[in-house]
Amino acid sequence: MIAGISIYEILTVTSILFFIGVYGFITRKNLISILMSIELILNASVINFVVINKYLYPDMLQGVFFSIFIIAVAAAETALAVSIIINLYRQIASVEVKDTEIMKY
Amino acid sequence: MEKIIFYILALVMIVFAIASVTSKKMLRSVIYLLFVLCGIAGIYFLIDYNFLAAIQLTVYAGGIIVLIIFSVVLVHHIEMELEVAKRSKQILVGLACLVGLGVFLTTIYAHPFNVAGKSVTTTTEDIGLGLLSYETGGFILPFELISVLLLASMIGAIIIAKGKKLTNKNDIK
Amino acid sequence: MDFTYVILIPLIPLAAFLLLGIFNQKIKPAVSGYIGVAGLSASAALSFYTAYQYFFVGGKVDGVYQTFVEKTTWMNFTDTLAIDMGILIDPISVMMLIVVSIVSLMVHIYSRGYMKGDDGYTRFFAFLGLFSFSMFGLVLATNLFQIYIFWELVGVSSYLLIGYYYTKTSAVAAAKKAFIVTRFADLGFLIGILIIGYYTGTYDFETLNNPEGSAILSWSSTSFMGLSFLTWALILIFMGGAGKSAMFPLHIWLPDAMEGPTPVSALIHAATMVVAGVYLVARLFPMYYFIEDGFALNIVAYVGGFSSLFAAIIAITQTDIKRVLAFSTMSQLGYMMMALGVSGYDGHEGVGYMASMFHLFTHAMFKALLFLGAGSVIHAVHSNYLKDMGGLRKYMPITNITFLIAALAIAGVFPLSGFWSKDEILVAAFEHNKLLYFVGVFVAGLTAFYMFRLYFGIFWGKDTQYKHVPHESPISMTLPLMLLAFISIVGGFIPFSELITADRAGFEAHLNIPLAIVATVVGLTGIGLAYVFYKKENDLADRFANAFGPFYKWASNKFYFDEIYMFVTKKIIFKRIAWPIAFFDKKYVDGTMEGIGNKTVVISEKIKGMQSGKVQDYAFGFIAGVVVLAMVFIYLWTN
Repeated sequence: MIAGISIYEILTVTSILFFIGVYGFITRKNLISILMSIELILNASVINFVVINKYLYPDMLQGVFFSIFIIAVAAAETALAVSIIINLYRQIASVEVKDTEIMKY
Repeated sequence: MEKIIFYILALVMIVFAIASVTSKKMLRSVIYLLFVLCGIAGIYFLIDYNFLAAIQLTVYAGGIIVLIIFSVVLVHHIEMELEVAKRSKQILVGLACLVGLGVFLTTIYAHPFNVAGKSVTTTTEDIGLGLLSYETGGFILPFELISVLLLASMIGAIIIAKGKKLTNKNDIK
Repeated sequence: MDFTYVILIPLIPLAAFLLLGIFNQKIKPAVSGYIGVAGLSASAALSFYTAYQYFFVGGKVDGVYQTFVEKTTWMNFTDTLAIDMGILIDPISVMMLIVVSIVSLMVHIYSRGYMKGDDGYTRFFAFLGLFSFSMFGLVLATNLFQIYIFWELVGVSSYLLIGYYYTKTSAVAAAKKAFIVTRFADLGFLIGILIIGYYTGTYDFETLNNPEGSAILSWSSTSFMGLSFLTWALILIFMGGAGKSAMFPLHIWLPDAMEGPTPVSALIHAATMVVAGVYLVARLFPMYYFIEDGFALNIVAYVGGFSSLFAAIIAITQTDIKRVLAFSTMSQLGYMMMALGVSGYDGHEGVGYMASMFHLFTHAMFKALLFLGAGSVIHAVHSNYLKDMGGLRKYMPITNITFLIAALAIAGVFPLSGFWSKDEILVAAFEHNKLLYFVGVFVAGLTAFYMFRLYFGIFWGKDTQYKHVPHESPISMTLPLMLLAFISIVGGFIPFSELITADRAGFEAHLNIPLAIVATVVGLTGIGLAYVFYKKENDLADRFANAFGPFYKWASNKFYFDEIYMFVTKKIIFKRIAWPIAFFDKKYVDGTMEGIGNKTVVISEKIKGMQSGKVQDYAFGFIAGVVVLAMVFIYLWTN
């Protein structure tokens, strides 16, 4: 509970963060930037978990547990993504999305 | 007081988030992201989840951001200009995001949240007991699964990043 | 009697064909020649054994030759209508086995010398094997459909062999022409078969040909444009036969078919394939005779008579020796058709049928001999044209004598084989149709004349100076000549009237002395005229040609039949009918289809960018879709 701040305001902020992440995910041309956008999206949702836990069900801890798990998974995912990016860079000397589009038509 | 801090944090997060997804300099973009993550940790402090805030700072700000910075440094010139999407595409995506945001917000504001209105301080001990509990509502199984997942991803990351052994020059592309 | 082994007769050449065809490149030419000859020898031996078994051991019951059939059902159309595959043994099929196997064997042996050193030596023997297989199959067919299948196979092998020198444009054109013309005729054949199948419910020769069977007795139950349907069917079938046997007006392919190698001409276009039409009519002879009182048979007779006269006149004017022989073949085939056409059924009435088969046999022998002899000459002189020849008797004694025997035989000089068979034909014509008898006699004279024009032109006449001195052909080529000459001499003494007759019973044939004398005199007159014109070099012939003026020119251009066909097909059918239809088809039918296809391609080309392979584009679509769906569910789907 933050004194004087309603749940609506916090959810507004997280929604904005979420959509900034989405915007970045779609418009960025670089794999690392895309990864960063994903982190933004993930964090926005983690905050939601925590805030809803805190505001609506203060006696429980499920939201906290979930956010811990999300953080752990995000860490794992980032480590893997970074290793893939590095490997890709060794193969094609680029981490631009346009160079990795051999899946197209 | 807390209200003002929250607004400042919110402002900082949104501004730096926007800066992070629009900046043309890779490294700066990462640093902006770092600020956003720190802001989120600040929010956790504000709502009295100190343990989460600490995790956020260590794992995200300390671990992931460093990892990303390493990969940036490995594959980029630090000052390299990033390509950006076409203006028309930016506008289109921006519009779609705004519409989505509108949907989100109207839905959120239309929903009557049943706020409990009391404040319970959660200690690290509570979290630790909850995670390791195998009683009803305990999280021991996911906890163990996450540990296995982390191990697996660690091994996977090493193997993938190691790549093939380059035996002769012709293999280097 | 068990005749199942007869199935081997066609299968051995087929095996040779497959062997030579598949291992074309791996087999040495010399070996391939031996394979072909060995295969055909086996077939010929089996054929002779079959003939001996059939005619002299066990074919006869109560003085009537029986029909033996071994067959298995191949396709079932309805409960009653089925197509069988099998072999049918009766007098004419056995006789044809002998003819085909002898001539084919001779041609195989001959080709080993004639084709020596040719690039496609193995291919040539492979095709010969294919042809022999198809021809044996045709002869042994038990029903109309089987005969039709082999009929087409024979057409294909003929096509392949005419076009054997496929680098030569004229050969390719000739092959196409032969195939298209006979194919056109076969269209009639097919329709005829279908009509017969529809109205009689069977394709089996045995059932169809039974004089007491329902097919023959019920002919009057249906009618179409004044004739019975079955008569129409028979006329259409005769159209197929006329196409294969080069009857007027479907004869135009035969002269051009001479583009093929000479042994092929001897085998296919003189002795075996072209008599398939005659054989077909003979095969269905009871139907032809009994249905509608032989209306279709009369057509056969007149077409045959006219073709024989028509071809004989053209033959006089030709200068390419193979073409002379080609028209001579056409003329003799017309003779056989005519004989069939004037034949009766019972006993001595059926002399025409017997004579036709007799002539088929003797003609096959001496015409193959003539072609092989001509091939021997061409081999020596390297030209097809009479003007390049003359005085060859000094260089090629064996060819000279055998050719002379064949020419005498075809001219009908006593006692060679042609004399006997031709005499029987003239007897039959005299007894049934005086007009055709006179045509026959006249053609006999013409035949003697043009054959000896050819003979004197090649072996006597002017003493041509040759660049390369001609020499007698090798033994592999002269041996078949001598064998065929022997058969041509003695073939006439075979008692055909006791072996092969329409009613299978046999009768005592006797020489009709007055008619024989008339025919012989006419033949000798022809020979004498040719002797005067061509024995020594003189201008008598040219003067005569000039006297006939336009008629001569007309005949030497084959009465402009090729041109007429060209005009009809190119100017009328292609231009007025086919072209507009093709235009409509291409422009509108194809256009619509292609338009649909092209539009699809264009549209896909435009929208394929959506599948960019960029995850972000997909993500955008996904998120936009989610937003839209969310809006739909939240604002529109609110119950």
